[in-house]
Amino acid sequence: MTAIRPDRRHLLLAGGALALSGCDRLVRNAEAQCTVKKAEQVSKRTQRALARDALAPEYQEKDISKDFRANGSVDPADAEYVALKANGFRDYRLIVDGLVETPLALSLTDLRRMPSRTQITKHDCVEGWTSIGKWKGARLSAVLDRARLKPEAKYVVFHCFDALDQTEEGDRYYESIDIPEAYHEQSILAYEMNDEILPIKHGAPIRLRLERQLGYKMAKYIKRIEAVESFAHIGRGKGGYWEDRGYEWYAGI
Amino acid sequence: MTRPDRPLALGRLEIWRHPLPVRVTHWVNVICLVFLLMTGLQILRAHPHLYWGLASTFDDPWLSFGSIPGWLTLPGYRDLATGRNWHFFFAWIFVANGMIYLLYILFSGRLARMLEPSRAELAHLPDSVVEHARLKFPEGEAARTYNVIQKLTYLIVLLILLPMMLVTGLAMSPTMNAAIPELLPILGGRQSARTLHFIAAMGITTFAVVHVLLVFLSGPVNNLRAMITGWYVIRTDPEPETEEETSDDRDPS
Repeated sequence: MTAIRPDRRHLLLAGGALALSGCDRLVRNAEAQCTVKKAEQVSKRTQRALARDALAPEYQEKDISKDFRANGSVDPADAEYVALKANGFRDYRLIVDGLVETPLALSLTDLRRMPSRTQITKHDCVEGWTSIGKWKGARLSAVLDRARLKPEAKYVVFHCFDALDQTEEGDRYYESIDIPEAYHEQSILAYEMNDEILPIKHGAPIRLRLERQLGYKMAKYIKRIEAVESFAHIGRGKGGYWEDRGYEWYAGI
Repeated sequence: MTRPDRPLALGRLEIWRHPLPVRVTHWVNVICLVFLLMTGLQILRAHPHLYWGLASTFDDPWLSFGSIPGWLTLPGYRDLATGRNWHFFFAWIFVANGMIYLLYILFSGRLARMLEPSRAELAHLPDSVVEHARLKFPEGEAARTYNVIQKLTYLIVLLILLPMMLVTGLAMSPTMNAAIPELLPILGGRQSARTLHFIAAMGITTFAVVHVLLVFLSGPVNNLRAMITGWYVIRTDPEPETEEETSDDRDPS
């Protein structure tokens, strides 16, 4: 039984194809992209209101992934980093500056003496995969308290040694989070992974763990933490390496 | 909510089938699902492997796709950031639209009147399946309401598949994992949630394909007009085995 005349059928098929190519053109349109990005703020406000200070789920030793995948770069080419690595990071100093009363330069020994937290958590990559690992590190809140944030500080920016293209000249990785997220109980500067010194490919000497957001927010190879009122002047102004390339600043979803 | 029938010439009758809220939410849903599916495949494209459990077992995925063709994704080229932005934008519209629809069918009585199958209908389910498989669609007065297979299918999509999309989608958000910690254990972990999200999406896609096919087989003009204007044409005195052009007046699916 012919439900529809052939000319009509072709018209509908052509209409369908046209609609889909229209969709494709629409998603490439800059103004439309701007509108769509506004949903990020809705997601952020809703999720923050629902989650408040709640902890990300923590897992057991038996759940730890044996094949924890390294996200982003795995061995920075930066000359200073290469020199520090050759010396086992003995000369490494984490700089904490910007809008703080007391700028700091912390050695790994200093960081290990700070209040710490150990957590077995899942790492969710923006690509979709998950690995579970055990992390130990200095509480970010303790580091920021020691540096004493000025009242106008709204964000902390993590400047890193690595460039995603693994070259000396490449754009350096950076990330930013706001103060409430920085003071979350599970926000730590990890120096240990699975009870061992943090491996190079996972961000040695220290990386950020931020358990309620996606992997790209958790800066590796951290060189300097800068407290700022706005990140508009850093990189391309979107608050992070991937944010500058279209990804959401709020990566809780 | 119903309007009186409008008799037409030649033993045909226009009946009031789809009130405005149903028509609007139907088409908004069509747009949402097309965008959600195609941007969802863009997101899957970033890591086209599915796993069961808490974390990814990279060497042993449950299901792997070699590559996902560009014509299935939005945008057509690889762009995870844009895919995510559009996915979450339409996810919000999908949720708002779905809420409006569910509240409407609940409080208007449409759920009981149009979708809930009677005991008698359920008892005759096997006969209906056979008739449906022969592509014999109800005519005349019997075409006034949905048949029992339609009712059950719509209920499964509305009350199981679409809510499952939302729940498994939320379960992939690390902030939501902190906000609603019960969700992940129920689903079996984040990678199970991701796999279930994909399976539900394929279920809805299968429904959509069959739905459109049956609309075409059972009278596309009448069905489309009903979902646009609200009025659906039935035959009051069906002539047995008339010529084939009358197929426009048959029942939708």
